[in-house]
Amino acid sequence: MNILVCIKQVPGSTNVEVDPITGVLKRDGIQSKMNPYDLYGLELGLSLIEKYGGKLEVITMGPPQAKEIVNEAICMGASGGTVLTDRRFAGADVLATAYTISQGIRKMGEFDLIICGKQTTDGDTAQVGSEVAEYLNLPNVSNVLSVEDVDESKITLSASMDEKLVEMSVKLPCLISVDGDINSPRLPSYKIKQTLTDDMIKFVSLDDFDDQNPQNYGLSGSATQVERIFPPDKNKEKITIGGDTAQQAESLFELISKLKLI
Amino acid sequence: MGQLKINHNMVTPEIAKNLVDVCPFNAISYSGNKLDISSACKMCKMCVKKGGGVIEYVEDTAIEIDKNAWRGVCVFVEHSDEKIHRVTYELCGKAKELASVTGHSVYALIIGNNLDAKAEKLLHYGVDKVFAYDNPAYKNFKMEPYAAAFYDFIQKIKPSSVLVGATNLGRQLAPRVAARCKAGLTADCTVLEMKSNTDLVQIRPAFGGNIMAQIISPNTRPQFCTVRYKVFSEPKPTADAKGEIIKMNMPTESLLSCIDIISTVKKPREVDISEADIIVAIGRGAMSESARKSASELAELLGGVVACTRPLAESNIFDAKHQIGLSGRTVKPKFIICFGISGAVQFAAGMKSSDCIVAVNTDATAPIFDVAHYAVVADATKIMGMLIEKIKEAKADVQ
Repeated sequence: MNILVCIKQVPGSTNVEVDPITGVLKRDGIQSKMNPYDLYGLELGLSLIEKYGGKLEVITMGPPQAKEIVNEAICMGASGGTVLTDRRFAGADVLATAYTISQGIRKMGEFDLIICGKQTTDGDTAQVGSEVAEYLNLPNVSNVLSVEDVDESKITLSASMDEKLVEMSVKLPCLISVDGDINSPRLPSYKIKQTLTDDMIKFVSLDDFDDQNPQNYGLSGSATQVERIFPPDKNKEKITIGGDTAQQAESLFELISKLKLI
Repeated sequence: MGQLKINHNMVTPEIAKNLVDVCPFNAISYSGNKLDISSACKMCKMCVKKGGGVIEYVEDTAIEIDKNAWRGVCVFVEHSDEKIHRVTYELCGKAKELASVTGHSVYALIIGNNLDAKAEKLLHYGVDKVFAYDNPAYKNFKMEPYAAAFYDFIQKIKPSSVLVGATNLGRQLAPRVAARCKAGLTADCTVLEMKSNTDLVQIRPAFGGNIMAQIISPNTRPQFCTVRYKVFSEPKPTADAKGEIIKMNMPTESLLSCIDIISTVKKPREVDISEADIIVAIGRGAMSESARKSASELAELLGGVVACTRPLAESNIFDAKHQIGLSGRTVKPKFIICFGISGAVQFAAGMKSSDCIVAVNTDATAPIFDVAHYAVVADATKIMGMLIEKIKEAKADVQ
C-alpha cells in the first residue's frame, strides 16, 4: 500500500517569548524539530508497511529548511518526501494551509492512506487534517488509537470519541489523524543517514500546482485575519497573604473555611 | 488579503542587513545584492513597520460579501445517546449574548437519532429555533452524513456565526464543514465578542499560549469557531420553553458513508479534572514524593482532585489526563490551589477562569501570581503540611 504522512517543522520549544516593547518574537536559541505528534503518525505508517508491504512518503509545507524533517523521516524509513515551499504560501491560516497541502498531495500521486498527527505544537488547532480530507474528498477519522487490520479495500481501526471507543472499518483511500502516545516512535537510523541523496526530496512551488491562482494561497487565500496580538490579561484584584509560613497557613485555612470547603 | 512587495531599487546593503535582523522568522535573506523573502514568512509585517518603505504590504482587492444575507448565531449541539453535552448549554448562553448585539436569532443545530426530547430541552436555553436532522442513519457519528447535514443547514439557513464545542467530534466535523464553505475557523477560542457589523471577534491563545491573538473573518461567512468545555458559564434553564423545533430532511444518498461502525464501547469512567469543583494542582516546585502525597491528602480532605502541570505529566509522574493547560485539560473549578507552579501561560490558559485561584510559590515574581486571586509567597511543601494539620484538627473538633 502507498502511505503518505503529513509532517510539520515546529519551533524546538513552545516557550517563545515576546519582547513587550517591540512586540517582536524572541527567537534566540529556538531550534526547529519535527512536530512531536507527527512522530506517532510516522511510526504507525512505518509499522503498516512493514506488516503489509508498500511504501511511505512524507509531505510538509514550510521554508526550504523544512527538508531537515523530511530527511529525518527518511532516516526513520520513509522512501522520500515533498516540501511545499513558496513565499506565496506565507501567512496561511487553516483553510489556505489545508488547500495548499491538498494541491501538493494531488501532485504527488495516489495514496491508499494519508496519516496526520493529532495537532502541531505551534498552531495547536488540530483542524488541518480534516480540512485536507475535505479538499481531497476522502472519508476521514480523527483520534485514531490503533489500526487492527488493512486489506485491499478497507482499514479496520479504533478511534476515541468523547465518551466511547469506536471500532470501525473505513474504505480506502482515506485520511486518519492519530492521537498522541499511541506507540513508541523509532529513532532515525544512522545507517540510512549515510545513504541520503538529494533526489529523495522534491521541492514543489505554486508553479507546480494544478490551481495556480495565487489568490487561493497564503494570506490571500485565508479566511481568518489576525486583528491584533496582545499579552494575556493579568489579574488585578489580587490579595497577598503575608506573614511567616505559619501565619500564611492560618490565613489559608480561614479562607478555606470561609469558602465552606470543609 | 494581501502580499508583501519588495521595492528593490531602495535596497542598500545596510537596509538589507537591518531587515534580515528584524524578521523574527528568519524569512528574509540577502545574497548577491538581492533581498528575498522565503516561505518562512508568517506575514507578521514587522519588516513593513521597520523597513522604511523598502517592503510594502499590498492589499488585494477582495469582492465584498453581503453580510446581511447571513443572519443568526448557531450552536452545534453535541450529544451522546442519553444526554446533551453541557458545552452545548454554555455555548447557547454565549450565543444569546452575541446575538443580542446584532438583534439576530439564536439557532441550535442537532444531528442524531430520536431527537424530540433533546430538541425540546434546548428551548429552555434561550434558543429561538432548533433545527433537527433526525434519522436512524445518524445514530453513530460518521463524517460524510454529518458533514452533509451540517452543510445543508448552512446553505438553507445561512447563519452568520457557528459555535461548536471543541470535543473530539466537534474538532473533526467543524473543519470539514468550514472547508466546504470556504470559511474561516478558529480553534479553542477563549473569548468571543460580536461587532455591530456581525463580525465575530475570536480571541485565542497563540504561540503556545504566550500571546493572545484576536482573530476575525471579515469577508467570509459563516464564521466558525470551536470552544472548549468549561470556558464559558452555563446559563440557568428557563422554566418555560420558548422557540420552535424545525425538522429537516436529507436525501437518502446523503446518508451513505465509507465508514462502517463495528462496535462501540463506553469508555471506563475516570477521574475527570475538568468536572471537578475543587482542585489541588502541583508543579515542579512540589513534585517530590512527599509533596505529591501531601497534595493527595489535601485533595481528599477538601473533596477535590489532584492535577498537575505539563512537566509532571511529561515525566510520567502523572497521567496526561491530570494535566491542566493548553496541551491538557481546561478546568473551571470553584476553587483551585496551585503549589509550586510557576504559571507558564500555557498552564494559566487552562485554569484562569476558575472562580477562586490560590497560588503558593517561593518565587514572588512567578507569573502564576498574575492570575491568582490569593498570592502566598512561601514554601509549598511546608504550607501543604501545615494546612493538612489544621484541617484535620478542625475535622476532629467537629466530631
